[in-house]
Amino acid sequence: MSEIIRFFIGFFLVIGGFLSLVTAFGLLRLPDVYTRNHAASKSATLGVMSILLATFLYFYLEHGHFNSRLILAIIFIFVTAPVAGHLISRAAYNSGVKLWDKSVRDDLKDKEQYERQNSQ
Amino acid sequence: MKAKVKTNDVILQTVTNVVAFIIILFSLRLFFSGHYTPGGGFIGGLMTSAAIVLLLLAYDIKTVATILPVDYKIITAIGLLFSVATGAGALLFDVPFLTHAYDYFHLPLLGKTSLHTAVLFDTGVYLVVIGVTMTIIQTIGVSE
Repeated sequence: MSEIIRFFIGFFLVIGGFLSLVTAFGLLRLPDVYTRNHAASKSATLGVMSILLATFLYFYLEHGHFNSRLILAIIFIFVTAPVAGHLISRAAYNSGVKLWDKSVRDDLKDKEQYERQNSQ
Repeated sequence: MKAKVKTNDVILQTVTNVVAFIIILFSLRLFFSGHYTPGGGFIGGLMTSAAIVLLLLAYDIKTVATILPVDYKIITAIGLLFSVATGAGALLFDVPFLTHAYDYFHLPLLGKTSLHTAVLFDTGVYLVVIGVTMTIIQTIGVSE
């Protein structure tokens, strides 16, 4: 029983560390702000959540200590990290950061002209 | 780039409505657990004012002033009064200034609980930290 528990704790820890490493590689290698933001907000969120889950399982199953703050932190990160990514991306777009030069379409490009037509 | 970008902050505002409650609950937990675990009045007050700052980011100052119609300078004064009164209350029992007392009580829902007058002192610290932080941030935010 306890070996299975230890396997799961180690599994979540390794997954979390691997996803954080993937995030770092994505931040270094991807070409523009939006794709980097895509890498950072998704895989880092899941990686940190996995590590927190492993910590929670370790303290609960090995030491019998139910730490509700870790569950709260998992929920909190799950709710807030994508919103932070969304706001960074939107701030970058609104301040005129160019897309990658191999991007094929930009649906927001004609937004102001479209709004001006619809408001009249 | 442009002076006025038309904003639509519905995602930020919706998430703020949920997350501000979590932050305030966590700050209260930090405040009450300060005697036995890390936490206390200072960090609890900072966290509560962080929740109010998050509201200020998502909405504007006037909206937050209608949600929380308090003058933070008065909050600071009440907090200082709490701390001084807790310290001076020790003089009534013929012990030195700032001597604290505690005892164990049987509360109806919580069972055996240790109630300590240092919590009242900590309440003063909590209110002062909220008051000072929010006064600083609002004063900087309003002046243009």
